[in-house]
Amino acid sequence: MDHEHDMHEPQSFWTKYVWSQDHKVIAIQYSVIAIFVGFIALILSGLMRLQLGFPGSFDFIDPSAYYQFVTMHGMIMVIYLLTALFLGGFGNYLIPLMVGARDMVFPFVNMLSVWFYLLAVIVLLASFFVPGGPTGAGWTLYPPQAILAGTPGSDWGIILMLVSLAIFIVAATMGGLNYVTTVLQARTRGMTLMRMPLTVWGIFMATILALLAFPALFVSAVMMLFDKLLGTSFFMPAILSMGQQLDHEGGSPILFQHLFWFFGHPEVYIVALPAFGIVSDLISTHARKNIFGYRMMVWAIVIIGVLSFVVWAHHMYVSGMNPYFGYFFATTTLIIAVPTAIKVYNWVLTLWQGNIRLNVPMLFAIGFVSTFTIGGLTGLFLGNVVIDLPLSDTYFVVAHFHMVMGVSPILVVFGAIYHWYPKMTGRMMHDGMGKVHFWGTFLGTYAIYFPMHYLGILGVPRRYFAYENYDFIPDSAKDLNAMISVMAIFVALMQLVFLYNLVWSYFKGKESGDNPWQATSLEWQTEHTPPRHGNWGKEIPVCHRWAYDYSVPGFEQDFLPQNFEGKKAEVSS
Amino acid sequence: MAIAIALILIVIGSVIFHFWSPWTMTELASNWGTIDDTMLITLIITGIVFIAVNFFIAFAVLKFRHKEGRQARYEPENKKLEVWLTVATSVGIIAMLAPGLVVYADFVEVPDEAMEVEVVGQQWSWSFRFPGEDGKLGKTAVEHISIDNPFGLDPLDENGLDDRLVQGNHLYLPLNKPVKVLLRSKDVLHDFYVPQFRVKMDMVPGTVSYLWFEPTLIGQFEILCAEFCGIGHFNMRGKVDVVSAQDFDTWLSEQTTFSASLRKNQSEALSVLAQNGKEVAQAKGCLACHNFMDSSIGPTWQGLYGKTQEMVDGSQVEVDDAYLTEAILQPGTKVVKGFAPIMPQIVLTELEVNAVIAYIKEKGGVSGQVSGSASLSGAELAQSKGCLACHSVDGTNLLGPSWQGLYGKARTLASGETITVDEAYLAESIYQPNAKIVEGFPAVMPPPSASQEEVSAIIDYIKTL
Repeated sequence: MDHEHDMHEPQSFWTKYVWSQDHKVIAIQYSVIAIFVGFIALILSGLMRLQLGFPGSFDFIDPSAYYQFVTMHGMIMVIYLLTALFLGGFGNYLIPLMVGARDMVFPFVNMLSVWFYLLAVIVLLASFFVPGGPTGAGWTLYPPQAILAGTPGSDWGIILMLVSLAIFIVAATMGGLNYVTTVLQARTRGMTLMRMPLTVWGIFMATILALLAFPALFVSAVMMLFDKLLGTSFFMPAILSMGQQLDHEGGSPILFQHLFWFFGHPEVYIVALPAFGIVSDLISTHARKNIFGYRMMVWAIVIIGVLSFVVWAHHMYVSGMNPYFGYFFATTTLIIAVPTAIKVYNWVLTLWQGNIRLNVPMLFAIGFVSTFTIGGLTGLFLGNVVIDLPLSDTYFVVAHFHMVMGVSPILVVFGAIYHWYPKMTGRMMHDGMGKVHFWGTFLGTYAIYFPMHYLGILGVPRRYFAYENYDFIPDSAKDLNAMISVMAIFVALMQLVFLYNLVWSYFKGKESGDNPWQATSLEWQTEHTPPRHGNWGKEIPVCHRWAYDYSVPGFEQDFLPQNFEGKKAEVSS
Repeated sequence: MAIAIALILIVIGSVIFHFWSPWTMTELASNWGTIDDTMLITLIITGIVFIAVNFFIAFAVLKFRHKEGRQARYEPENKKLEVWLTVATSVGIIAMLAPGLVVYADFVEVPDEAMEVEVVGQQWSWSFRFPGEDGKLGKTAVEHISIDNPFGLDPLDENGLDDRLVQGNHLYLPLNKPVKVLLRSKDVLHDFYVPQFRVKMDMVPGTVSYLWFEPTLIGQFEILCAEFCGIGHFNMRGKVDVVSAQDFDTWLSEQTTFSASLRKNQSEALSVLAQNGKEVAQAKGCLACHNFMDSSIGPTWQGLYGKTQEMVDGSQVEVDDAYLTEAILQPGTKVVKGFAPIMPQIVLTELEVNAVIAYIKEKGGVSGQVSGSASLSGAELAQSKGCLACHSVDGTNLLGPSWQGLYGKARTLASGETITVDEAYLAESIYQPNAKIVEGFPAVMPPPSASQEEVSAIIDYIKTL
């Protein structure tokens, strides 16, 4: 194995940077595209907040535009940014390096994956330029409304959205097969599953979820396209639209919701599990301490992954489905809180008796634990079916899911970029700018979302263009909305610091060396930084220990790399 | 260091915010205080965990931050601690879930003595139906929905004849009587939501969902739609008045029954042939250009039969069966002066032609007499037909142009053309809502479910604003 590396080193600019089959280049392509669309979605959220905070002050935001902003913001953030960045970006970059492989097992398919992803993004963004604009159906795209008059973009926009999703799923499947197969088949000698860094575990499990969950979205997208274009009635019962009877008959709108959330709930964990894994490694590395309860952490990831397939209908307690489902889904939903809580305990217990270096990645990791705790705890309100009756479809839900799958995973994304940027470029990101970015983002998002829960408790419904003349909403709620909008725009501007830092550090950042954080996992043990094509020099590394040998008693240095062949220091059982 | 202080301040700030916040639950107006109690239990348990986790991190950072010479402790696992934490978490979860499921069981099982009321949603208004003296609601189906039967009640179902029909977004409920709300939608998803009652539920076309509650507070509350239903979603307003049982009974007895509304429509009843003609005219699209109001794209059918019309070539023709048959089957040959020869050739059987002619004759009449009586004022109609969901009367532009000062005003259309708002334009805009859209407004207005007299009444009302 070690000697048969015929690497086919890419020769031209085109094969090296454009039609590249190198997982590291593909990872960066994925990341750049994802961050680019992410910024579009960020701008859309700013426009939404302008309307909500200062209603009527901006003439170009009419109800149609507002709902289009809401829809595109949500869909881009969940699918085209977070899913693509965690799996296509971090998954691609880290899996082969962390398991000691030279590349993904199917490099050509891997390359196709990123180009399909780009195509999906282009189709999605094209919907801004078609007659009627993009769909304004909300990111959940519920029929019948998504394909009927009265909803913006119900002619062209929705079609492009569904086609784009289908293409994205093709891309995600090609990538996903690669990640799973690479983890199962291409680990280096000695890299047992129970020695893998939790980052790999998180991404691995998330990819399995993606491979099983995305097909449900795929079929619902295809069926809705048929309903729209061919007049079938998968999701369309006999109904009126704008007073006219339609030809549809016999379909079920709730069927779509089941299919959507059968995908949609695992999707939450497709985003969360990689974040769980990555943050575990950030905390352990920067606290100079082994992750607490590694085996429990692995099993928690696996259990959460399995349970995430039997909780979907907690998004549908008030959907009009059979109310007896509520008992089952409330129970499974609250059970999933147990392994999740254990993960939180283990993160904070990793800090305990550590030697905590408050580097920028560590700050983001702590920010994650704090915001994720809020998001997780508010989930216990919504998951407990009877409390969902008043809170569902209010701002409490908006605040909850932004904390749990918006803010907290994004904090991990930032932490991870600050952490691995040196490996990707050979340079450190600027520390001062990193701290400014952290404090602005962390405190800013708290100021946005913490008070927002209280609007929901008051009963303010979500997806409202304006709240004029509702007696139960006091005027003070408008002031609160204005404050939230100001903070949202502030947080958005803070991201410019991050962008500037990314570019500035590429040229002017301090040289990092191979292992600036003195970390143990294999990606830091490459011969070159950034690693060259094929990752390792002549010999691929051999793994001798788990990824968390920090501060092992009896050793001078406080970390033992996974390929360090010394005294055995394993989890003692 | 700073992060530890920040976390401590966040916790203190959050707790202060919680108690100081003016944004708390609305005053409870139903029996669902138990839901509020369940929420309080969850709040206390999760609040403790929130404070504990953040304080623990802050303390750990303060105590164990990096120092020269500090060595972290090497402790991969601590089984005892892990088991203890798992058990404690499970206990906390059960403490939240168990009372939640008990209360939920109350919600799912509707008390036997509950009265039924149906709430019907459509873009973007509400209507309501109560069972009559038989206590049973009649069957409904989308195929029965028409101008004369907006609820889509099955006319052959006897249970429905005494149902009380309430249009106009305003519901009354009696105090202290459990009510089972049956939820139905004519078009897309909606959600019946009154914050003070706590419970909400989606309304799904093709199926009937339900919820129940018992109003416990006299007063007026707002009905909101809580499931996104298109661009008018935020403005789908209704009102519910909780009143004494006596007031409720009085109010209910004033509401029209289905059979009364059928009788009213029968006063302008059509023969079977004309009834068929109406269906043909709808199905073949005649009514897109012809109506019983002012002429639009084609000549009006109101009072058409028997009239003498001037043709494009200057000749005079009396409108009779022969002329109408020719005009329908060979549209281009004799075009009335002032109209473009754009009517497409439509394939109709002889019987269908006769039916349409009968419809024109009976509905439009020879003398153009007005049948039926508009019992509601324009203002009431504007409310009950849902016009006011999108058109304000105070000058604010919602989804549609405000009606204040609209009449007589010059408006620019989306096409760039400028028109003056007169009766003809208003009538056309109501019958063919999306033909001439005022610039800056979306083309989303549904065609009317209003009779000719009702439309005239609404136009008269607009003139007064």
